Amino acid sequence: MSTVIKSQTEVAKARSAQPNPRRDLSDKAIRNLFIFPTLVLLIAINVFPLIYSLYLSFTNYSAIANKQPVWIGFENFGRVLSDDRMWEFFSTTGQYVLFSVLLQLIIGFALAMLVRDKFFGSGLVTTLILVPMMLSPVVVGLFWKLMYNPTFGYVNYLLGFSNPSLAPDWLASRWAGQPTPGLALWAVIFVDVWMWTPFVMLLILSGLKAIPDYLYEAAAIDRASAWFQFWRITLPQVAPLMMIAILFRTIEAFNKSFDLVMGMTGGGPGTQTEVVAVTLYKQAFQGQWQTGRASALAYMVLIIIIAISNLYIRNLNRMKEGA
Amino acid sequence: MATIKLRQVEKRFGEFQAVKPMDLTIDSGEFVVFLGPSGCGKTTTLRMISGLESVSTGDIFLDDRKVTWLRPSDRDIAFVFQFFALYPHMTAQQNIAFPLQAEGESKDEIDRRVKEVVDLLQIGHLLNFRPGKLSGGDKQRVALARALVRRPAAFLMDEPLGALDADFRESMRAEIKQLHLNLNATTVYVTHDQIEAMAMSDRIVVMSNAEVQQVGTPAQVYYDPANLFVARFIGSPGMNLMASQYGNGIVRLPGANQYVVSPDWRMALGEGLDSDDVIIGFRPEAAHIKPDGNLVGEVYASELYGAYTMLHVELDGNEIVHIRSDRQTRYPIGSKVRFDLDPEMVRFFNPKTEMAIN
Repeated sequence: MSTVIKSQTEVAKARSAQPNPRRDLSDKAIRNLFIFPTLVLLIAINVFPLIYSLYLSFTNYSAIANKQPVWIGFENFGRVLSDDRMWEFFSTTGQYVLFSVLLQLIIGFALAMLVRDKFFGSGLVTTLILVPMMLSPVVVGLFWKLMYNPTFGYVNYLLGFSNPSLAPDWLASRWAGQPTPGLALWAVIFVDVWMWTPFVMLLILSGLKAIPDYLYEAAAIDRASAWFQFWRITLPQVAPLMMIAILFRTIEAFNKSFDLVMGMTGGGPGTQTEVVAVTLYKQAFQGQWQTGRASALAYMVLIIIIAISNLYIRNLNRMKEGA
Repeated sequence: MATIKLRQVEKRFGEFQAVKPMDLTIDSGEFVVFLGPSGCGKTTTLRMISGLESVSTGDIFLDDRKVTWLRPSDRDIAFVFQFFALYPHMTAQQNIAFPLQAEGESKDEIDRRVKEVVDLLQIGHLLNFRPGKLSGGDKQRVALARALVRRPAAFLMDEPLGALDADFRESMRAEIKQLHLNLNATTVYVTHDQIEAMAMSDRIVVMSNAEVQQVGTPAQVYYDPANLFVARFIGSPGMNLMASQYGNGIVRLPGANQYVVSPDWRMALGEGLDSDDVIIGFRPEAAHIKPDGNLVGEVYASELYGAYTMLHVELDGNEIVHIRSDRQTRYPIGSKVRFDLDPEMVRFFNPKTEMAIN
C-alpha cells in the first residue's frame, strides 16, 4: 500500500518537474483568480450602489429624468424629516415590527416548548411547523391575499361567515362594509407571524435543547417548582438566543416586510399598511421616481436599523458574559 | 438528621439490571460511601435514593417515611453532583440562595442563612462571581454551600471530588469530612477512589456488577474482605491471592512453599472447604522479610514508593506476590528473599464460591 502511494507521489513530482508553462500557476495566481471576479462583482453590485446611492441622496436626481444629478446638500433629508406622512409610515412600521416580533416570540417559545421533548411523530411535527418559513414571501403574500378574500377566501369561511356583505374584508380594513382601521395591518401582521414564527421557534428550540439536564436535576433537588424552574433556569438560559431571534426578526421586519405587504395590500387601503419599505419603493419607482429623496430615506432606515441592532448586540454580549 | 433504608431496591433499564435487589440501612448521622468500579450501579443507587431515578422494585424509606415514589423535591435531601451542576447564569450568591428562594423564604431569612453557610465554608470572596469564573474546587465549595443552605435531612454526593485535581482532592476531602463532623448529617457518598472511601467513611458499601459485595467499616473491608472481589479491589496493590492446596494443617503455596495454619483456623478451613483447593490471601504488609523465613521467592521487581519499598516476588512461574519492605534495604533483582506471614493477617477463600472463610 505504502509503495503504491510513494510511487504515485513520485509520478506527481516527475510530472510537475516537467516544464509546462500553462499549468505552472503559482498559489498566489490561483488565489487571485478566485478572488478577483468575486471582488469585481461585489464592487459592481454592492459597494458601488451603496456609495452611489449615498451620493444620490444629496442630489435631486430622478432615474427617469434625462438630467444629471444636481447637488442639493441635506435638502432631501430635510424634506423626509419634515414630511408629516413619514412619521405615520414610521409609526406603522413600528407597530408592525413590535407586534409581529412580540407575537412570534411568544408563540415561537410555546411551540418550542411543545416539540422540545420527543414524542411519537415529534420530528414530523417540527418539520411541518417549519414549512411556512421556507416559502417565498411574495408567494405567501399572494396566497394569503386569496385566503383573505371576502367572497371566496378560506379565512372567512373557516371563521363561519357565510354572507360576504356582513363579513370582514380584512385587507380592505372593512367589517360588514364599515371602515375598521387597523384590520388590514393586523391581517398583515398575522401573516408575518404565521410565516416567521417557525424561525423563532427553531432558534429557541436549539437554545432549549442546549440546556443540560443536570440543571433541571439540580433544580428538582433544590425544590424548585416547574414554574420557578421556567423563570429562573429555562428563560435565562434561552435569553441569548431569544435576543438573536429578536435581532433578526426586527431587521427583517423593517426590510422584508416589503414582500409580504406588497403582495397583499400594496400599502393600502389608503396608507394603512404602508410600512417604510413600501414608501421607499413607491418614492423610488412609482409616480415621480424621486431617486434622490428615496436614497435619503433608505439611508435613514439603514441608520435606524444599525442603531437598533447595536442596542441588541450590546445586550446580547452582556448576557453572554453572564453565561 | 435522617436514617435511610433500602429494602430490596432494584433498578432495571429494560433487560439490563443496573442494580440487583439490595438492602441497606444507613443510620442517622452516618457517613456511608458507595465504592466500586465504574458501571457497578453505585451512582444509580444514589440517584434512586435522591429520586432523580425511579426504582424498578423495592422501597426506600427516609426516617421510616416511605419515599419510594416521591419526587426529589418532596424528599428533603440535598445532592452534590460530580460536575457541580451550578446554574451558570447566576452568581455564586444567587446559586446558594436558589433553594431558599424556591421555597419562598423571606429575603432577610435568605440573607441570614446564606451568610451562615458562606461563613462555614469560608467562601465570602466568591459570592459575586459566576461559576464560569471559579476554579473547580471553588465551584464544588459553592455547590456544597447550595446543598447545605437548606438544612436537608441527608446529603447525597456523587463523586464530588472526581472532577478536581489530585492534590486539591486531598484538601477538599478533609474539608468535607470536617463538615460532616460539624453537622453530623447523614451522608451518602459515591466514589470509585478507595482512598477517599477509606479516609472519609464510617462504613463502606463495596459494589460490583450491580451487586453489594460487602458492607463494613474501612478496617473490615480492608482486613476482612468478604470475597475475592473485595480483596482485590481494596488496597493498592490489592491483597495477594494465591491458589494453593490445604491438608493436615498445612497450606502448600506455589514454589514448594508451605505455610503452617494456626490452630484456630484449622477448624474453619475444615468446614469451609469442600476440596483441597484453597486461596490464601495476605496484604503486602503482612509479609515480613527475615533471613530464616519459611517462604522463599525471587525478586522480580522493586519499586521505591518513598516511605517504603514494594517488592514483587516471584514464588513460582507466574505467581507473583507483593511484599512491603522497608525503604533502606536494596534487593537486587533475581536475588532470593525469605519471608514469614503474620498469622493475624492471613485470610482464606473458597476458590469455588470466591467467599472468605471464617
